[in-house]
Amino acid sequence: MSQIDYKPFAPTLPAGRARVIPWASVMAGSLMTIVPVVASLPLMPPMGLIMLLAWRLLARFSLRPWAGAPLGLFDDIVSGQPIGASMLLWSLVMIGIDLIEQRLIFRDFWQDWLIAGAALAFCLAVGRLIALPLRAQVDGMVMAQILMATMLFPVAARIVAWIDRKRGPA
Amino acid sequence: MAPARDRRTGFSRRRQYGAFFGWVLAVAGAVVGAVLLVVSTVNPGAFGMVRMAAATITAPVSSVLGAIVNGIAAVPGSIGSWIDVHGENATLRAELKRSRATVMQARTIVYDNHRLRQLLAIRDRSDAVVVTARLVSSTPSSGRRFALLNAGIVQGVRSGMPVRGPNGLIGRVTEIGPIAARVLLLTDPESVVPVRRIGDGMPGIAAGRGDGRIDVRSAERTNVRFAAGDMFVTSGAGGLYPPGVPVARIERTGVDQAVAIPFATPDSLDFAIVQQPYMPLPPAPPAMPVQP
Repeated sequence: MSQIDYKPFAPTLPAGRARVIPWASVMAGSLMTIVPVVASLPLMPPMGLIMLLAWRLLARFSLRPWAGAPLGLFDDIVSGQPIGASMLLWSLVMIGIDLIEQRLIFRDFWQDWLIAGAALAFCLAVGRLIALPLRAQVDGMVMAQILMATMLFPVAARIVAWIDRKRGPA
Repeated sequence: MAPARDRRTGFSRRRQYGAFFGWVLAVAGAVVGAVLLVVSTVNPGAFGMVRMAAATITAPVSSVLGAIVNGIAAVPGSIGSWIDVHGENATLRAELKRSRATVMQARTIVYDNHRLRQLLAIRDRSDAVVVTARLVSSTPSSGRRFALLNAGIVQGVRSGMPVRGPNGLIGRVTEIGPIAARVLLLTDPESVVPVRRIGDGMPGIAAGRGDGRIDVRSAERTNVRFAAGDMFVTSGAGGLYPPGVPVARIERTGVDQAVAIPFATPDSLDFAIVQQPYMPLPPAPPAMPVQP
């Protein structure tokens, strides 16, 4: 957005809808698992978690600190992980980011990306340990998934920034 | 990014309590998640109802999306086949002529087989087809390998039924909803299928690896050599999977354990056939009369 078409008094969304949009976009990310493909390898990055991290890191008051649990439960229902896995991990991520935020006060996008990458690696690695027996041969694929998810974070950040600009202050 | 001033709650009691309860709820959410996780680890089918309720909504959506994608993807193929339809026609006619003798021979064998089986009075168990449906989606982001079948209780699908494709075994139904069912694929790390080798009937066990392939282990003997190219079919042991359904082909030579590639590649599945369990479970014992 250039400075010329900056309209500070343009009407924004009503507050209720503006509050729903972050939730809806995270759930839409979780619902990417219903794409009509029968995958034989678990290679799709966790889109819901990427959106959650982008909202949390870029627009910190868009989601309440407890939003990780209900959104994680929804992700569990549609993703095939045992129910409660994402609910627990996403809550821990939300709490962890809050703790980091209190210490790392001035952040750049690079720090956001690093935090998001660490959170994605944590959730995917622990999710693998929870859902699968140790003898399962999926570790290489989890690494690839972590890498892809981390690379997708800037894209999600762009999308979130665009939505956030449209929706105005919640 | 500059620090957020909004974090400071100031002197407003309302904001202080609001922020505090937000934190309490966040921790409570994590605790509830941990409890649910323990429950679903101990009893994996505990939340099947919830999952299948969601699948009742998502399966039709996936199905329509799949139909659209298939329709678009079929356009180049249709154009291509239109162009070389004449050459293909000639080839097929020639092949039909060549294979006529083989077909006659096979028919004779089938008839003989049928007759001999009647002589031996072997009772084949039911391998009746319950329904033929499409697998519409799967779990692409989770390590577990489940697929969603576009048929459920209404179509007669029940939990535990084996599912096969045109090329081989796909898996079995684990959870059922009104119009959708969840299928545990052969390649899931929790899936185990009793198999036997084509040729010598050596029994084995096919366990999923999670990476799209299968581990085949020998079941009875030790020091068994698996040669690359050995083919395995279901043995019918356990009574769930009907015998003789192709399962996998050995990829690399191994002793006692070898990696195999399943015949049914689920990413190119068109149809899945749900069958009755090979040997149905015994009927439930009659309820004990209540003592007065």
